[in-house]
Amino acid sequence: MSLPIRFILIQNRAGKTRLKLIEEVHAVVTVRDAKHTNFVEFRNFKIIYRRYAGLYFCICVDVTDNNLAYLEGIHNFVEVLNEYFHNVCELDLVFNFYKVYTVVDEMFLAGEIRETSQTKVLKQLLMLQSLE
Amino acid sequence: MSDVVEKTLTALPSLLSLDSQPGSAKLSSTSKLGALIRGITELTSKHEEEKLIQRELASLKDQVSSPNTSMRQMKEAMVRAIYCEMLGYEASFSYIHAIKLAQQGSILDKRVGYLAVTLFLNENHEFVLTCYDYKHIIPIIIYCVYDTCNTPLVEEKLNHPKEIIRRKAVLALYKFYLIAPNQVQHIHNRFRKALCDKDPGVMFASLHIYLQMIKGYKDLTASFVTILKQVVSGKLPMDFNYHSVPAPWLQIQLLRILSILGKNDQSTSEIMYDVLDESLKRAEINHNITYAILYECVKCIYTIYPKTDLLEKAAKCIGNFVLSSKINLKYLGLKALTYVVQQDPKLALQHQMTIIECLDHPDVIIKRETLELLFRITNAQNITVIVEKMLEFLHQSKDDHTTIDLVGKVAEIAEKYPLQTMNTVFSLGGDMIQPDIPNSFLKLLSEGFESEEENKKLRLFAVDSYILLLEGETRNLPQRFLQVISWVLGEYSHLRNDLDPARVMTLLTKLLEMRQTSSETKTWVLMAMTKLCSGEASVSIARSVCEDLSSSMDTVQRQRAHELLLLSQDRALRSQLLPLCSDPEPLEVDSSLSFLDAFVSEALAAGAAPYKPPHQRQEELAQQKALSLEPYELSLPINMSSSCVTGRQSPTLMSVSSGLSGDSAELSHKGGSTTLKLEGVKRVWGREGYLSKKEPVEEVAQAEIPSPLSSPNQHTGASGTSSNTHPPIPTPEPEQEKQQLASSLFVGLGSQSSLCLVRADIYALHVAVFQYSLSVIRPVVHFEVMGMLSYQSSHKSHEVEFTYKLPLTNFIRPFTVSTEQYGAMWLAFSNDTKQNLNLVTDGQDSLTDTLNVLKGKLNLHIVEIIGMEGIVACRLAQDQPCLLHCHIHAGTLAVWLRSPVPDLPDSLLYHCQRALEGT
Repeated sequence: MSLPIRFILIQNRAGKTRLKLIEEVHAVVTVRDAKHTNFVEFRNFKIIYRRYAGLYFCICVDVTDNNLAYLEGIHNFVEVLNEYFHNVCELDLVFNFYKVYTVVDEMFLAGEIRETSQTKVLKQLLMLQSLE
Repeated sequence: MSDVVEKTLTALPSLLSLDSQPGSAKLSSTSKLGALIRGITELTSKHEEEKLIQRELASLKDQVSSPNTSMRQMKEAMVRAIYCEMLGYEASFSYIHAIKLAQQGSILDKRVGYLAVTLFLNENHEFVLTCYDYKHIIPIIIYCVYDTCNTPLVEEKLNHPKEIIRRKAVLALYKFYLIAPNQVQHIHNRFRKALCDKDPGVMFASLHIYLQMIKGYKDLTASFVTILKQVVSGKLPMDFNYHSVPAPWLQIQLLRILSILGKNDQSTSEIMYDVLDESLKRAEINHNITYAILYECVKCIYTIYPKTDLLEKAAKCIGNFVLSSKINLKYLGLKALTYVVQQDPKLALQHQMTIIECLDHPDVIIKRETLELLFRITNAQNITVIVEKMLEFLHQSKDDHTTIDLVGKVAEIAEKYPLQTMNTVFSLGGDMIQPDIPNSFLKLLSEGFESEEENKKLRLFAVDSYILLLEGETRNLPQRFLQVISWVLGEYSHLRNDLDPARVMTLLTKLLEMRQTSSETKTWVLMAMTKLCSGEASVSIARSVCEDLSSSMDTVQRQRAHELLLLSQDRALRSQLLPLCSDPEPLEVDSSLSFLDAFVSEALAAGAAPYKPPHQRQEELAQQKALSLEPYELSLPINMSSSCVTGRQSPTLMSVSSGLSGDSAELSHKGGSTTLKLEGVKRVWGREGYLSKKEPVEEVAQAEIPSPLSSPNQHTGASGTSSNTHPPIPTPEPEQEKQQLASSLFVGLGSQSSLCLVRADIYALHVAVFQYSLSVIRPVVHFEVMGMLSYQSSHKSHEVEFTYKLPLTNFIRPFTVSTEQYGAMWLAFSNDTKQNLNLVTDGQDSLTDTLNVLKGKLNLHIVEIIGMEGIVACRLAQDQPCLLHCHIHAGTLAVWLRSPVPDLPDSLLYHCQRALEGT
């Protein structure tokens, strides 16, 4: 079975990480220089990552996948977060982690990019939010 | 789940207006979740965390199983359970409650339950297996545990009036397809319906399925082409635009499908030529996402049945990628090259300089991709260099997957080009390689392959290439390789009819005369000569060799020389002993040496001592202590080292201006003093340490050392002692050579000049001061200054590498311009970047405050502030300017940077971001 997206991770630079996989990803990503590519090989896959301030957004995909498409996929996701949290910062994500999961659920499903339209995602999130 | 969404969607219009700031609702500090998160972030050890979470889990367990827990509390407990799971602790007791929650209560309760289920469970979880009977929970777990579900339920949803539900149903079927393709075969017509759905989102979802099973759907080619045409020409709703590119991910998906459809199929390919051309034309905007589309487009063009003008356009596109200054694009360019290079090797030729640069790139992934590319273009001529590069990389690689992959590739090359590869392995691996490698190589040569014709070709090739090698410089060839060469020449020279054995003999004689040749190798050479010496010229060469060696101290050599002399004179005996082209029949070897039995018993009878194996002899000797087998202790003139040090001390401390560039290598020999060599960031140290002759192809910062100077014992802190005592033999292993010596470094920068000072403390005995200038050729966020320090202590020379990071800000100076000048320049500069940054909000005027922070931290000049806008200017040390336009927008500082220098805006932006991060 081949799903393009294996996992999505958001980590901060300090990275007090508890799980082995997360630790490994942290180790390969944070050592990289800013002038390096946004891609790194990881086991039999590759990780596409992007840094926003102190946060690393990582997405692990198949080696044959289109790097830039996922790099922009991350950016699209971050733009949604930014809009949703009104200037998102790390603490928003920490304290509202379950909302981040909701955003992920809206945008990625079954290992694929499910929704790319920011307008649509935000509409749906707004609707869910209004229920609270 | 779907009915949840259905209900909420119907309620949507009235709900939308309620909350204008959805995400920003903060947790109240008193909530249990808030307390938990805060508690965790304040902890310092793993142990404390474990204790806290175990406590939390215990209380959660009580709470969820208590009948008095309200829906609201249950929801809250679920979120906390998710948090614990996220940290890696199992909260399995809550799984069933999550499922329950997802079935009952309000829409929001269901939503939280659904989220928890999707996060807790995956298709491999044992809990899922126990759920098989729970028909009613199917809709909930459908999105995470697809294989527990009946397809009819999902099929039903394919006809749902809401697009979001149709879309989820399609994705669910996609997941079914991945798990069990046969079970969804009967609904293939449903997929087709989804493809024709009036909503583009549903259609997009169906493409995932088609990408998996597209081969059977050639008839759909025209439909896909039409869809792509519509997308490319912007017929989709604006909602699907991303940075004004219409539905980019959809385009990529379609291009991938088309490339599968058109592969090896001319008529199908012809249908798509037009739309591919259109896609290439449309992707003009300078943005990553257009490059992503272009990359897919290029791949597609090279996969399908070729069309000349499209190939030309695609090749041009790859060229742009490869030459791009953006590192990600360069990488994709290399990837595309790797993909197309077998069809179009000329393209690699065009970019050979870039490829060579990339081989030394500091980013490992670029290096790897370059090797991959080289691997694809391996041929008989370039194999040596390529295998060398691969082995070099293998030496440095620490990653198992990379190592396995690369070793596999070297082995693959070795199969295709056995001789060349092995030659490379021999000359590089040197005497470090295992002895059985040359042996098995010789075995391969002598036993050969299936066809006799092939064998002869291979052997002839070996003879030719080795003759060529011996005619060149032989001094650096490893002993094992020389042995292989001798054997091959002795055994197979006769295959080449036009080759005079005397010529081979002369070449081999050269090896005997070389000082470096070991006595073991010499015996191999002599054996080869014995096989070769036919004809008058050869015999006379053999005679002179034997004369030389007849007085050799080495008995084995003397023996071989004697044999050579005798056999060269007795042709009949020679051809009997060493027949030409011996058939590879297995030789009978009498390993017990029974044919000597008579001789031995005769000798014993005559009173000779019985034979003792070497280890027994050794033991007896040790017991008797008859001989000391220990090596002599070294006796070195101890005062030597100290006198050397004092001799080198110079009483003055001077700094020399940076214009002077002395020959540092020469100086280091003359004075025996310390030498510091600094080169640009792109440099990778070669195996011989620094490569002083070769200029780096691309340098970011360049530094020249004028002259090493030392001052007497200024520094007494013993910070940099090294216990390494390896002799300075130039072994090919850089690892052995390198020793770590802690050097304390100090970098200071004059405020106006670009002078930089590096001080290196060596052995804490004296201090050397160097001054040199750095100039920025291409801005980056951090410059890495790398250097090699070589110095001598007593008779040993040492080399130490060091690196130092200089932030770009060290090179930034304020740039004083008027608003008018600023305006004129702004329009002229072509490289720009935009970003929203944090505002400093604690003062009255946040714009001024923020700009002052930037001014203070980054050395910028504020040109003018008008209302909500501010303009700022700075320049690199060599007066290349960068302009910043800032205005306040929605609570952030929107910054727009422009400069004539590529990369400067991006690099500077990074520092602006950093400067404002802490505020």
